Parts: sequence; C-alpha cells; structure tokens
Amino acid sequence: MADSAEAIFGQVVDAARAQGVTEVEAILASDTSALTRFANNAIHQNVSERNTQLSVRAVIGGRTARASTNRLDRERIVSVVEQAIAITRLTESDSELQPLADPAAYPEVNRWFESTADATPAERARAVAEAIGAVEAAGQTGAGIYSTEESCFALLNSRGVNASYRETTARFSITAMAGDSSGWAKAGACDLRDLNPLELARTAARKASQSSAPRELPAGRYTVILEPAAVLDLAGQMFADFSATAIREGRSFLNDRIGKKVFGDNITIHDDASHPLQSGAPFDGEGVPRRRLTLVDGGVVRDIAYCRHAAALAGAAPTGHGFPLPNDYGETPANIVISGGDSSVEEMLASTERGILVTRFWYIREVDPYEKIFTGMTRDGTFLVEGGRVTAGIRNFRFNQNLVEMLSNVESLSATARASGEETFDMVVPAMKVRDFNFTEVTRF
Amino acid sequence: MKDLALRALDAASRAGVTYADVRAIETRDRDVTTRNGKAGNVSCSESQGIGIRALASGCWGFAATSDLTKEGIERAAALAIEIARSGAIAKKEDVALAPEASYQATWVSPCAIDPFSIPVDRNLAALLAVDAELRRNPAISLAETAMRFVWQRQVFASTSGSLIDQTRTTSGAGFSALCYKNGEIQKRSFPNSVGGQHQLKGYELVGELDLLRHAPRIAEEAVELHSAPQCPEGEFDLILDSSQLGLQIHESIGHPIELDRVLGSEANYAGMSFLTLDRLNHLRYGSEIVNVVCDARLEHGPGLGTFAFDDEGVPAQSTDIIRAGEFVGYMTSRETAAAVGEKRSNGCMRADGWARLPLIRMTNVSLLAGEQSLDEVMGADHAIYMETNRSWSIDDKRYHFQFGCEIAWEMRNGKRVRMLKNPSYSGISTEFWNACAAIAGREHWTLWGVPNCGKGQPEQVMGTGHGASPARFRKIKIGSAYGG
Ligand SMILES: [Zn+2]
Repeated sequence: MADSAEAIFGQVVDAARAQGVTEVEAILASDTSALTRFANNAIHQNVSERNTQLSVRAVIGGRTARASTNRLDRERIVSVVEQAIAITRLTESDSELQPLADPAAYPEVNRWFESTADATPAERARAVAEAIGAVEAAGQTGAGIYSTEESCFALLNSRGVNASYRETTARFSITAMAGDSSGWAKAGACDLRDLNPLELARTAARKASQSSAPRELPAGRYTVILEPAAVLDLAGQMFADFSATAIREGRSFLNDRIGKKVFGDNITIHDDASHPLQSGAPFDGEGVPRRRLTLVDGGVVRDIAYCRHAAALAGAAPTGHGFPLPNDYGETPANIVISGGDSSVEEMLASTERGILVTRFWYIREVDPYEKIFTGMTRDGTFLVEGGRVTAGIRNFRFNQNLVEMLSNVESLSATARASGEETFDMVVPAMKVRDFNFTEVTRF
Repeated sequence: MKDLALRALDAASRAGVTYADVRAIETRDRDVTTRNGKAGNVSCSESQGIGIRALASGCWGFAATSDLTKEGIERAAALAIEIARSGAIAKKEDVALAPEASYQATWVSPCAIDPFSIPVDRNLAALLAVDAELRRNPAISLAETAMRFVWQRQVFASTSGSLIDQTRTTSGAGFSALCYKNGEIQKRSFPNSVGGQHQLKGYELVGELDLLRHAPRIAEEAVELHSAPQCPEGEFDLILDSSQLGLQIHESIGHPIELDRVLGSEANYAGMSFLTLDRLNHLRYGSEIVNVVCDARLEHGPGLGTFAFDDEGVPAQSTDIIRAGEFVGYMTSRETAAAVGEKRSNGCMRADGWARLPLIRMTNVSLLAGEQSLDEVMGADHAIYMETNRSWSIDDKRYHFQFGCEIAWEMRNGKRVRMLKNPSYSGISTEFWNACAAIAGREHWTLWGVPNCGKGQPEQVMGTGHGASPARFRKIKIGSAYGG
C-alpha cells in the first residue's frame, strides 16, 4: 500500500501542478472487512466489503476544500484533483487557515496481524457455531456478530509528509436471551487470537440465566457497580469536549473548567495512542504525531486536544488530534485510557450492602450539554446486589445522570481492560463502583 | 452501469446458487457548511461499487467491492457464494423468499433544480448570509449552517429477471445558533436539528426553506432561553410541533414495526420490539384519531423514503400501520412476509449504498393529517408546547422513551404564556399514542426527513421520511430528564 500510495500521490501532484497548484494533500484509505452475523441461533447475515478511497485537499491562498473518489484509474485521479481545486477556488479565503503540515516522526505501533487479515468465512462461521452451541446448551437464544477487518491509511502532502498506517480489528459480540431475561458480552482486539468467542458466549448465557424472573425496583438513587462496557459507553460520551475548538465555540462543558477540580480525586484520564491495548494511527488527520495527553489528573482538568488551527489561535503546540480538513469539529482525543484502581468487580460486590450491577447501557443521548446530563437505559444483565452478592435480576431502568457528578462519586475502581460497547469506540477503562446513580424511570421488562 | 450489473449477476449465477441479485451504484455528494462567518466543511465525493447478494446452501452471502475490473467482479461473486456456503454450519432452515414479479423499469426522482449545477460559491454566499444574520445577535457563541446534496443512481438486477434503474436526488439545509453564557449552553435550530430539513428534491428545497427570514428569531430564542424558567416536572397536556412528532413516530412506531427486528434479527444491536406477532390486529396502538401509514410512493410526497422500487426489486407501496388506533401492519421483506401470513413483501428493503446488505428500513412512516384546526390543537386550557428535538432515547424493545426538545412554551387557552427551557417528556409508546387528543389538518402537515437512522451490523445509516402535523397529547409525564 505504501508504494502504491506514493505512486498515486505522484499523479496527484502532477495533476495539481497542471492546474497551477502546488499545495496538495492526499489521503488513500483502503478497507477490507467481513462480518458474520447471527440471530435465533443461526447465521442470517453474512457480508464482506472492499473499498479504496482517494481524497485530495488543495490549499490555495487561504482557501481549502476536499474532493474524494473511489475510482483510482488515471483519468479519475486527474478529475478528483481538478474537482478539489475547482471547489477550493470557490470557497472563502480565511487568514487563519494553516499551511499544510511539515514532516514529523511518528511513534511505532504494530497493530496488524496476518491471522486477522486472512480470516476466512469458514473460520468465522466455525467460531459462531461454537458460540451458538454454548447458548443453546443453556436453553437460550443467541444473536451477535463476529467481524474481521483490515484497514490501511496513508496521508501524503506536498511538504513531504508521508504517513502510513495499517491495522487489523476483530470483534465478537453476543446477546443470549432466555424467556424473560438476557445477557451480553463483547470484545474487540487487533489480533483475533486475543478474542475468545466461546468464553464471551458463556458469559452472556450466565448473565441471561442469572437475571431470569426480573424483579421491579422503584426508580431512585442507587449505588451501582458499572462493568467496563457500561463505564465506557457512558463516560466515553464526554471526550469530544476535551477539544480547544469545542471550547472556543462555546459547545464544550469544559468552558470555564480547565485547571479546575471537576471530578473526584480518584479520576485520572490520559489520551495515549501508544498504549498497548489501544488502536488507531499514531498521527492525526493532518499528519501531526499524536501526543500523550493528561486530560484529567486527580480530578483536575489539565490538557485538551489542539488541532493545528486551534493551536495557532491559542499559541499552543498541536497535539495530533485533528480531523482531516476541512471539518466541523476541530479535534478530539481518541485513545482514552481511564486509570484503574486496586479493587475488582468481586470486591465491589462484596462491599455493597444494597446496589445494582450494570452490564451495559443503551441508547445514550445528551440531555444537557453543559451539565453533561446523559439519558439512556440499562440492558442485557441488570442485577440487584444485596448483602455483598447478586440476588436477582431486575427490570431495566432509565437513567438521567450528570457525568460530572458521577465521576465525583466513584467509590472504587478495578484494574483496566480494553472495553467494547455499542455507543462509542473502544477505550481502556476500569469497572467502577459509583454512589447515588440517578435512575429516573423503570421500564416494563 | 446496466452492463456492470448484468456482468456481476452473470458472475454470481453459478451452479448451486438458487437466487442472486446485484446492485451497481454510483453516488455523488456535496457538503457545504459554515461556522461563525467562515467556510466550514466544503467537500464533495463520488463512489462507485457493486453489492452482490447470493443464496446458496439455503444461506445468504453478500460481497461488495469497488474493484470493478473483470477480476474484481468475479472475486466478489465467488466470495459472496463462499460466504453463503460457510453459513450452512449454523443454519436452522433454508431461506425462502415470497414470490415477486420481475420488472424492467427506469425511474428518476423529481428534481426541479439540479443541486450540482449550483456552484459552491453560491451555496456559501447563501449560508454566510444566514450566518451573518445569526451573529448580528452579539450573544451567539456559535452560528452553524449547512447544505447537503446527494445524487445516486442504482441499477438492480436479479436472477428472476428484474432490471431496475433508479436515480434519486436528495437535498438538505438548515442552521443553528448556540449561546454559551454563565455555565449554560442553549441552542436553537431551524427548520430542524439533524442539519435541518431533508427531502427528495433538488436545490428548490433551499429556496422553500427561506432560511434567512427565520435567522433573527432563532438567534433571539437561543439567547432568551437562558433567562427562561426551567420546564416544570409533572403531568401536563403536551403539544408537539410536527418535526418533533416526526421523530416520535420514527422511534415509537417506525422502529417497532420492522418485522426483522420483531423476529430477532437485530437482537444483539438495535434490539427487538414490543410488537410481538400476537399483537397484529389485536392491539390498540393509539387513540381513534391516530392513522399511520408506511408509504414509499411518490404520491405520499418527496420523502427520504420515497422511491419506485426497494432494494430487492419490490415496487413502492403504501401499507396501513395504524388504522383508527388499531395496529394493523408491519414493514416486511421477501424473506419475512410469510411470518405474518402475507404472500408478498410490502417493499421496505433498503441498503446504505453499494457496500451494505438491504435490511428492512422505514420508508416514509407518517401520521396522517387530522381533522382539527391548529387553534383546536393549541387550544387546551393548559398545556406545554415543545419544538425541535434535542435528545432522543428509547429502550431496546421500543417501549419506554424519553425525548428532550430545544424550547417550550407554557400555553393557556391557546396563548403562549411564557417560554420554558430544557423541556423533556417521557412515556410508554402505546400509552402515549392512546393519549393523542387532537391532530392538525393537512395544511399544517410536513414530510420531515431523518437523515441519520442507524441500524444493522455493520451499521447502516439511512434517510427516512415522517409526515406529521402538530398534535396534542393528554396528561404526559414531563420534565423527568432533569428530575431526581
Ligand atoms: Zn432510527
């Protein structure tokens, strides 16, 4: 891919020169993925896709715009360059627009595995059949996915940036359904050998049987034990706000909160693209190396992400978290690592007189952008904890929870793990025990 | 394009393949946005590819590729068949399809002004004028405007002999004003959040929306919300504007009537449905004035769910979903229709581009206009009137929901008494629709576009249409989003 990216970029540069334009950037992204989906204990949707996209950005006198195509013959390459230049010339000039980025060195990461790139439909089907077997053996119905993916990404510009990256990803997710209850488990990894579909199926089946005949509890404030997937999907909602652009535009909850103690002493959060459990390229959408950020240190908000534009406005250094230009967001941290503690889910249960164990949350949406109130539901394994152990499954709750308050009420944290949910990207997070979690309504199942 | 589709179909028509279809698709789109007086995202893209769906060994396989060389197409066809066969290890029964005639058709959606004929600088000039109007109000922290245009041509070919060539053009435009002040963010959008209004139209939509005229009021409301009292918590009569009602239909009617979801296909991701098969024709979904259809035909209007044929070659239809309050229909596909005793699919299979498999998706799921005047809808003794969606969340059976809106007013005898901030309401889908007391007439009915409906694994994003007019609901739980 690196060779073909350079060859294509050569054609891009030539086509731009023919139009009298010297400042160009190209992104070549190619993706091959497959997903075996099952429901009702049978494979029902079994798909694959393959695509390569070339996207070209021109910079002309403070103007910039982007054109993309997935047709990579010589004629289309010339035409996408011409289009990028044509629409660039028609945009408004901006004195703050940054010139193209300069070359830089990137940290080395290896997140590409042959095992995953070469996974076959038969391999996925066998693992799925085995997982279904485990759920069926428990007298339950299973649904889920097993996916494998290989993606390659190269960013080159006329100032000499030549950044390339490839990675593989495998994901397995399963929901086990019993008569009046369900359980869920999911994991993602760069190497499929780090996944254990059968183990995940057994976890989901165990949660489904443990939560059968759910009791209805009144809504109210409860101590909760949030498994890593629940922590991820809820806490994960706030990181787009650790963005200099979002703060400047008034849309971040960190306005007037930087440098202040916002969360509890036990909350420390980094953004770290090089973390061994993380994934993603070590550079951003303009080719700036990703720097490690201390977003929250002992509850105090410290670093925020800066794209090159935001950095220039603030007189700061770019942190390598920018999106490809032009965009409407600026930047975001994308390799979140929430520091853990010395507890465990078992210890959290044992220390809880009365509380609720949450496997996952669902349909999380922002209710208030500055108070950072989020609403959503519990799903697939919500349990009553009494006298230090799980005593029953319970009907699902709706929560309306202020995240600032939640991360100030954390009583203990477990060791960290790479967690996968359905509401945000994978992060490295601990399980958390949180007091006074705000369940506002209960549903009928 | 036709050649391409037929070549791919040929490649997939091999021994042991009992059915196959191909969609060859070419897409062009353009995004133009502004932020605080500057050009934001100005970009365009084109994409071409084929998606091949093959039935072999009683299982589906699907392979999509952008490699349209002879080898690329053959590789994709072979992969679709290999994938189908691999599924036999975890098969319960063979896939069976409801019969459907074959069609040779060409259809182009109505489009008065080709949006791609308008130069980008004209898009920007129109949007920057709106932006300037919003920021004339000094308290606005962020003014955002957007236009989006998509052109897509799709050729569908199947081994049952269909060859269908469809071209659709959709347009969208809107703006928002955000005001940050004293530890509080308030935002107003026009004509809707989700980037504005989106329809199956050309550039004429932009003119119809008359964005500039509404900019000063929207900016003013974003600022005024800061000094408005908090929406109270309690049980009140609730009046919804037609855009919020459109989303209410989407979440509490549109998703639960997806038959694949009812049957468990989405159990691991989007979830299932409270509308189990025994409920069909045996559930009072809403009050007697509630009539809902799922209608993909052009007669229904220029919706994001309007087409001539769905993505498995079934003609656009109108299906009654709720008739005088009774639940009478699901959205189906060729594979699922038999589960509800239907002999034929009602044409709701749609795919997100060439790279994804068709799934049962909403077309235009609309609440038919009522017989009340707008004054009658607004004219309760005491009610809360909410406009423009801010947050939406519903459980995985689509039963318990909570919505937040950007703005509300307390109403007495049809008059706005005071503005209220941070309004929200919650309830149970069927209880909510049974509380429907008044629906405004046809002249207040708008076919809204939801451009961002997610479903499936890998996730597919689809545009759906929802017609609605303002309506009033009795004794709804209000304000619990900020409760506790
Ligand atoms: Zn949706």
